[in-house]
This record gives sequence, structure tokens and C-alpha cells, in this order.
Amino acid sequence: MLREGEIRIPSGCAISGVISRSGKNINGAEIVKSIATMHDRSNGLGGGFAGYGIYPQYADYYAFHVFYDGNKAREECERFLDRHFDIINLSKIPVRKSNKITAEPLIWRYFVAPLPTKLKDSHLDEKEFVTRCVININANIEGAYVFSCGKNMGVFKAVGFPEDVGEYFRLDEYEGYSWTAHGRYPTNTPGWWGGAHPFAMLDYSIVHNGEISSYDANRRNIEMYGYKCTLQTDTEVITYIIDYLLRKQKLTLEECAEVIAAPFWSTIDRMKEEDKERVRYLRNAFSSLLITGPFSIILGFEGGLMALNDRLKLRSMVIGEKDDRVYMASEECAIRVIEPELDRIWTPKGGEPVIATLDSYGK
Amino acid sequence: MAVDFLYPEYEIVRDYNKCIGCRVCERQCANCAHSYDEEMDKMVSDDAKCVNCHRCVSLCPTRALKIVHTDHTFKHNSNWTGQTISEIYRQAGSGGVLLSSMGNPKNYPVYWDKILLNASQVTNPPIDPLREPMETKVFLGAKPKKIERDEKGRLVNNLSPQIELSTPIMFSAMSYGSISYNAHESLARAAEELGILYNTGEGGLHPDFYKYGPNTIVQVASGRFGVSKDYLKAGAAIEIKMGQGAKPGIGGHLPGIKVSEDISKTRMIPEGSDAISPAPHHDIYSIEDLRQLVYSLKEASNYEKPVIVKIAAVHNVAAIASGIARSGADIIAIDGFRGGTGAAPTRIRDNVGIPIELALAAVDQRLRDEGIRDNVSVVVGGSIRSSADVVKAIALGADAVYIATAAVLALGCHLCRTCQTGKCNWGIATQREDLVRRLNPEIGYKRLVNLVKAWDHEIKEIMGGMGINSIEALKGNRLMLRGIGLTEKELSILGIKHAGE
Repeated sequence: MLREGEIRIPSGCAISGVISRSGKNINGAEIVKSIATMHDRSNGLGGGFAGYGIYPQYADYYAFHVFYDGNKAREECERFLDRHFDIINLSKIPVRKSNKITAEPLIWRYFVAPLPTKLKDSHLDEKEFVTRCVININANIEGAYVFSCGKNMGVFKAVGFPEDVGEYFRLDEYEGYSWTAHGRYPTNTPGWWGGAHPFAMLDYSIVHNGEISSYDANRRNIEMYGYKCTLQTDTEVITYIIDYLLRKQKLTLEECAEVIAAPFWSTIDRMKEEDKERVRYLRNAFSSLLITGPFSIILGFEGGLMALNDRLKLRSMVIGEKDDRVYMASEECAIRVIEPELDRIWTPKGGEPVIATLDSYGK
Repeated sequence: MAVDFLYPEYEIVRDYNKCIGCRVCERQCANCAHSYDEEMDKMVSDDAKCVNCHRCVSLCPTRALKIVHTDHTFKHNSNWTGQTISEIYRQAGSGGVLLSSMGNPKNYPVYWDKILLNASQVTNPPIDPLREPMETKVFLGAKPKKIERDEKGRLVNNLSPQIELSTPIMFSAMSYGSISYNAHESLARAAEELGILYNTGEGGLHPDFYKYGPNTIVQVASGRFGVSKDYLKAGAAIEIKMGQGAKPGIGGHLPGIKVSEDISKTRMIPEGSDAISPAPHHDIYSIEDLRQLVYSLKEASNYEKPVIVKIAAVHNVAAIASGIARSGADIIAIDGFRGGTGAAPTRIRDNVGIPIELALAAVDQRLRDEGIRDNVSVVVGGSIRSSADVVKAIALGADAVYIATAAVLALGCHLCRTCQTGKCNWGIATQREDLVRRLNPEIGYKRLVNLVKAWDHEIKEIMGGMGINSIEALKGNRLMLRGIGLTEKELSILGIKHAGE
């Protein structure tokens, strides 16, 4: 049987996300409860979470979460980390064993900072340095897979139903200002945990429901810009596209949405002159990063969440608001189960980004 | 010596029960294959003069005519075929180079026909182009490496000059000279109505056609025929023709018989003289020279037009394309070995160059491996025969395609492959006034519009089936392709999986 990455596995899914705009702590158990309600949208072959603001004591360090097939891979990876980073803290990620989560890899967590000399010699900015190190480990160290590498955030994922994954990773012991969650319904049996969502690069994480038809066009384009799609999943390529557009090209979130879920030309023709010029430019300049086919995604980043649907809205997505909280989910029930009384609930249009950020964001 | 006698390859069959002796066939045949025998009071035909262009067959009011392949044969021999033997007789008789026209007709693999397309089932929905928007608009030209913003933080349009096409199809280069005024008018008007471009070829631009400039690519070839300052500024883009798929390594051929007064003026050459372009551009012996010509043309056109560099698909095409992508060119056009021509030495047409499918796959992958695919657009031709070929070309990595043989077929060409004689009975590849008049541009341009619109519809249907609603998402999307009956090596060059994988 081929491992994910050696074969492309389409999936259906459930996604959910929540953020406290005032930055109040949300317990991980809440997001577990939300995604658990959509149990039937996943089939026990993948679940995962991303939490932001969960490591305040190590907020200035990159938190690497790593799967290892065995100790040989761990030793090799740790040698690599030693050569490139100051390791401030390392430990196994604490888990609650259960018979619902099996075939566990070794799961380790490292809080690291790039070695100043290495960073200087590389002539790269810090984030690019970290990205390249992570891609290097994932592509070249057999049996090691870094699945989370942002600051003050972390991804937790496994093969299993999402509620069981949340229980396994003891998410009730974490508090953060925002969370995303994913339940996976792959059409194949991925035996490997790396293929579960969220997929993350630095502080960007993506949970995604859909099967994009533009996959290989997107993959072959983004691989020109230093990324390597080792998993062959939609989520992986979408994360790289977003990292490229936001971090490397410095587009805004709205502009990024106009690239990946671009308005139709007929819509663009009806826009105001200034908007028309901008969107025409973006569609042309980044034409190979247009994503087609059904998707609903929640992008997590330092300070916020963005929900986005494909331009035909071929996947469900509901947004709810209550006080300082914004909720995003595949189905309304996943919001109501944790907040029955909403101030507002609506379904965004295809291609219309919904961006929710901390009040302090950008200040 | 009677050894030079060659039995005609095609025979004209006339059903005398149907023939009414109206003599239409006689009047229509520029090759004088038909005549009226007064003594016998009946129409007779000389098979030796027939080129099998179907003009008489199409116009016979009683359907009394058909053309058949002769059953006259040499003794069967898989090595020394009848054609091979005949060609030796002809060359022994004349001492000349064999001339042919249109594309390579030999039985080489057609990779388009060994590639199958995907469609969506269950996990993502097909999209119905009758009910949902489906987009085939493309832009050709370099993409910016970095965005720029003005002082207010707004995006600055830093795109280099682009070509906008309503559908990813353009009419490939066919010179005024190789084809007629009416054929050119048909192409220009069709391009204008369709929102695409046609290409002047290397024969200059007739003054009447300057008004179609926004839909015109003006070509600069090694003979520099018809090139002037106004010409360079007339079009939407400038194409440097380095090579042509039908005859890589040699220049264009226009037999003097086709150089009429009008052609002579447009090309700036004496009437009746053969227009034989040099094999190389004599100012381009290497890649750095090409860069100078690219920038000379950009300078001459005020940096307002994208520059296309057209090359024939040859063995080292990927490395050549990579050089071109770094030479300032905005677009690379690659012409496969099945591309057509108005005249080419037969041996070159039939033996030089490689299939466009393999060339395209190799070029696209090389440019990506080097991270420079976004520096240029890639246009392929030679030969694109249908909308399915267009879809496969784009999924392999092309931005757009060039069609020319398909376009002249739409105008009435029957692929008799004798353009070089200048006696085209359909009024396309001729300059004889009486013949040119047979092609009515009013009808011709509509047929071209019909053809491209029909293909565009089909492209949208196929894309919809794949769940793709914009052509950008098809470009280079090789997962949508599977090979059938191909070897591992062929699959690896094409960069696709085999059906069932």
C-alpha cells in the first residue's frame, strides 16, 4: 500500500473554526465539541486541530511538532535541528492513550530559534530560513515529518475521528485565542498521520474541505518558488500558495482571496474602475494560482482566521458571530452546539473572504 | 526513356450515366485535368494532372465524379514502396530536390491520440457550461516577479505588454504570398470578430490589412520581407521566426510563380522572383544575438509589444527554449514536425524535427525546473487538429495554441499538398486572380469564426467535465492526462501517468 504522498487521495470533510477577537482564551475542548457534532462528515481516517496563542511561555520560539517513524529518524532529525537551531525545550507531546487511536508514530515537540550564525550565513530572512529547514527535513530525512512549525501556535492531528484525536492530544489542557478543526473523509485508507489536516507552514494553517480540480496546475507552479509538495494533498498546496502570496509577495488577505478564488471575468467587467484594474492584474499576474473545483477553507494565521469558499461555492460554509467571537463551520450545527444564541449567522458567497482578526491585529 | 513514366497515384472516375457535359469540372480545374473531347462528344480526364483537391468533385452538379487511389501497383515491397521508387525515378530524371507542401504525412506516432482526458465523478462535481460561467480567456506575456505598490499602497500594474485572447487559439503564420489576399482577409476578419490574433507570416502586411492591427502578429523572418517601421508598429505583437516545424533548419520558400505584382510590393522584392529566405538570420548566430534582435524590435516598437520567438521542435528544444526565456522574449512559439507549409523540401519535411507533444512537455518541464516558466508564455502548433488536442496541449503546459492547417481546411483546403504550384483551386494558396476570387472572404471569415467558436464550446464542455471552470487551472495540469499504449520512457517525457494508474 502506498503512503500518502506517493499517491493522491481525494477527501471530503468537515471544518470548523472559532476566534475571540478580544484575545480571550478559548479551551480546546470547545472546538472538539464543535467538530464532533459533524461526526458523519468524517469517516475516522483523519482528524486534527490548530490552536493559536497556546504557547505564551514560548511565544518567541518556533514550536516544531514532529512525527517520527522511529528513533533512528528522530536522532537524524535532532542532529539536523542541532546544527541549525537553538533548541530551548524538547519533549514528547503528552497524549492520552486510547484504543481509538492506533498505529501511533513518535510525536515530539521542540521550541527552537534559528542559530544566529547559520541564519546570517544563509542570507535569508528568519521565516524563509525556518521554512527551508522544514521542507528539507520533510523531503530528505526518511521517517521524520515536521507538521507544525509556527510561533505560539500548534497543530495536533492523527488518523481517527476528530473528537478522538482531540481527546488523544489532551486539547482540554490547552487554551488559545483561536482554533480550527478538521474531520476527514478520504476515499482511500491513508495509513499515515501526516496526511491528516490541518496542514501548516510557519504560522499559517489550513483546514480544507474539497477536492480541487486545479491541483496539478497549482502544484507545478508553486514548486517553482521553492516549495515541495510531498503529500500530494490539496491542503498542502493551498497552504504553500497562501504562504507564497501573503509572506513572499506581501499581498493582503483580500488580494490573496482575489487570486485563489478570483471573480469571474463577467463580474470583473462590472466592477468599479479601480477594483477592475486591481483584480484583472491579480488574475493575470498569478493566473496559475487560481484554485478551481470545490473547496471551503479556514486559514489560521497569527492574529486571525480567514474563511473562503471556491468561486462557485461548491462546499458549505456558515459564519456566526456572538459578542467578540466569530465562528466558521461547514454546518450551522457545529456552531450552535457551542453557542446556541448567536448575534448573527450567515453564509458567505463563493469567493467572498470572511476575515476575523484580533482587535490588536496590525496595530 | 520510358522509365520516367509514372502511373498517376489518383484516378478520376466519371460516371457517364450522370455526367451531363456541363464542363464545370473543366472550368474549375487549374491543373487542366478535365477537357471536352468534341469528336467523342464527351468529357475526358487526364489522371496525371489531378492533384486530388476535390474541387471538381465538390462542384459537379450531378455528382458524377470521384477520385480514387489507384490500384495500379509496383510489386509489393515493404522496403521499396511505390512512393520511394517513384521519387527515385523523378529525381533521376530531374536532378532536383523533391518539393512538397503542408505537414509531414508519414506514419509517425500521434501522441495526442495516445493521451486520454479526465472527468469528475462523485468526489467533486463536473461543472455544466450551459448553466455556470466557464472561462477561456488567456493572457500571453511575462508575469511580474514581484508586486509593486504606489505611495497609497495600491497595486501598480507592472505587467510587461500582454496579448489578451478570448480563447487560447491563434491563427499561425501564413504569409501573404503563400496564401491569397482573400485568405488573409478571412483570417484577419475572423481574428477580429473572435478576439484572437492572426499572424502575417514572413510576407509583410498588405496596406488594406493595417486596420486589423490589434488582432495581428507581425512576423520578422530571416528574409526580412516587408519589414518596416510602420509594419513593426502595426500589430499587437512581433514574432521572430527562427524556425518552422515543416522545415527546421531552412528558410521560407515562395516560388516566383506566386510573386505577383501585389506580393512584390508587399514583400519589397521583384515580381516573379523566388523568395527564398536564408536558413539562419544572418544577424543571429547565437543566443546572445537573439537577445539583441529581441531588444532591437522592442526598441523599435517602444516596448509596447510583446515579442514572440518561434522555433521548430528539434531535439534540443528544451535547452533552446530555456535560452530564449532568458533572452527577453515574452512568448515562445514551438512548431512541431507536423506543421504545415506552402513549400518545403520533402526530405526535410518528412524527416527533421520532433513531435510537438514531446517538445512541449520537455520545454514546459525544463522551464519549471529552472523556475522561469512564468518569464514567458508558451504557444504550440503543428499540428493541432481539434479542441481535444487544444485541451491536451494546455494540460501538458501550453498557454495557447497556433492553428493553420485547421484554419485553411475551414476555408476549403482539401489537403492535396500542392500549394507550391500556386494553382490552388480553392483560392487559398494561389495568387492567380481567377482562382483567388473563388474564396469569398465574407463566407471564409464566418467559417473560421464558426470553427473557433465550435472548438471553444467543446473546450468548455471538456473543462466542465473535469470540474475546471477557468482555463488557467488547466494549464500544466498534467494529472488530468493519462497515456494509453505508451512506454515508460514516453510517459516520463510527457510527465503523465498511464491509464489505470
